[in-house]
Amino acid sequence: MADPTPRTRAIITGSTKPALPRHIKLRHDASRGRWIILAPERVYDPDDVAVSVLQRCDGVRSVDEIAAALAAEYQAPVDVIAADIVTMLQELADKGVVTAA
Amino acid sequence: MNEIAPHISAAAPAPKCATAPVGLLAELTHRCPLQCPYCSNPLEMDRANTELTTAEWQDVLRQAAEMGVLQLHLSGGEPTSRKDLEEIVKTAADVGLYSNLITAGVLLTRERLQKLAECGLDHVQLSIQDADAANADRIAAYKGGLVKKREVGRWVKELGLPLTVNAPLHRQNIENLPKIIDLAVELGAGRLEVAHIQYYAWALKNRAALMPTREQFMKTVEIVEQARERLKGIMVFDFVVPDYYAKYPKPCMGGWGSGIINVTPSGKVLPCHAAESLPGMEFDNVRTRRLMDIWLQGAAFNKFRGTEWMKEPCRSCDRKEIDFGGCRCQAFALTGDATNTDPACSLSSRHAEWFKVAEQESHQPAPPFVYRRIGGDKSKAEPADADAGE
Repeated sequence: MADPTPRTRAIITGSTKPALPRHIKLRHDASRGRWIILAPERVYDPDDVAVSVLQRCDGVRSVDEIAAALAAEYQAPVDVIAADIVTMLQELADKGVVTAA
Repeated sequence: MNEIAPHISAAAPAPKCATAPVGLLAELTHRCPLQCPYCSNPLEMDRANTELTTAEWQDVLRQAAEMGVLQLHLSGGEPTSRKDLEEIVKTAADVGLYSNLITAGVLLTRERLQKLAECGLDHVQLSIQDADAANADRIAAYKGGLVKKREVGRWVKELGLPLTVNAPLHRQNIENLPKIIDLAVELGAGRLEVAHIQYYAWALKNRAALMPTREQFMKTVEIVEQARERLKGIMVFDFVVPDYYAKYPKPCMGGWGSGIINVTPSGKVLPCHAAESLPGMEFDNVRTRRLMDIWLQGAAFNKFRGTEWMKEPCRSCDRKEIDFGGCRCQAFALTGDATNTDPACSLSSRHAEWFKVAEQESHQPAPPFVYRRIGGDKSKAEPADADAGE
């Protein structure tokens, strides 16, 4: 079975294909009316943009592809979106919430 | 991105988004094969014949999920002492609670761990008493403990479960912190809790045998900061500082009756696992009252909820909604009044006095441990070993 803990730091770039490891659960919390990320001894509260990104982190699509899709959806400049996504995913990768393939 | 959960051992902001607690700390049993002298269980432990049944725990989990609890911390004592742990984990998965097994590991077999993983266990937190096997075994009063724990750590990874190593730190293992960090990396842990002992219950009784010097503590700050940088993206650190050397207190439980609900082996519902040490408190039991009702209306939960109960200097303090005046149990243990400011706070009139106690105790030879066992507080148990870490 896959080792859920990376032993080298994942560096997020445009070509990274981010994914949520099996033990990280992104889900809608009906009682609080918001999306949450369940992680070992942590619960995070992603904002709407973060949720849009994380829902696309399937280990197949690259950061650049996700950025292009969101740029179209939010009608925003793709380079700005891409930079924001890289920053956000790097932060989450360093917390063990996102893995990179 | 913010965290909305106060987890068990470290500070986190209180959830503003919900009335329900984020976490349920389920102390399944007080039975434990280890006898760590800093155990957070009360000195008066629940007997096995008073423990909630499987069906009662399953009902508690269903109620918890219904009221909006997100995470379940399966603790003890040693939760794997319960033969029905698999059934409890299965129910947690069925009702959507994220399950965290807080274990010493020594009772586990690979088969049982695999079964727990198949039942939907989400995460394992494994305690390590020291990286030095002989000293680890002495601290826990359990022969062969560390060897077994290394094996358990391997199984956790082989089964694809995420691993947190929890290392309680004190004067008798503090010098081995770098080796403890290396051990956690070797075991493949994604998180390491470097948790300076919190002085309640058994730890308060053993304070002089556990309290590090301020210099030793400061050294650990440096070591953790360097390791955190070196291991960025590989292992996340949670660092819990010792209260007596702190400037401000911890927001205990993320605020009383705010983020965590605790059910004891016999079904009592507590705002914090040390709350039974407070006098004049009445605790409801899941056997006679619904969990949500206890959380919202229970006298114990409303006793120190919010800030209305506060006296000065808390009442007019800017930080009153950040740290909530610290820990009620420690305030009572050290000042005799649970509504006082926790002496961990530098604004407490008693802070200097307790800082001095820590300084004095930590510079004297460590007395023998009073081991955590039934009646352990009444007998001397340990031959006077030299401090391994000094």
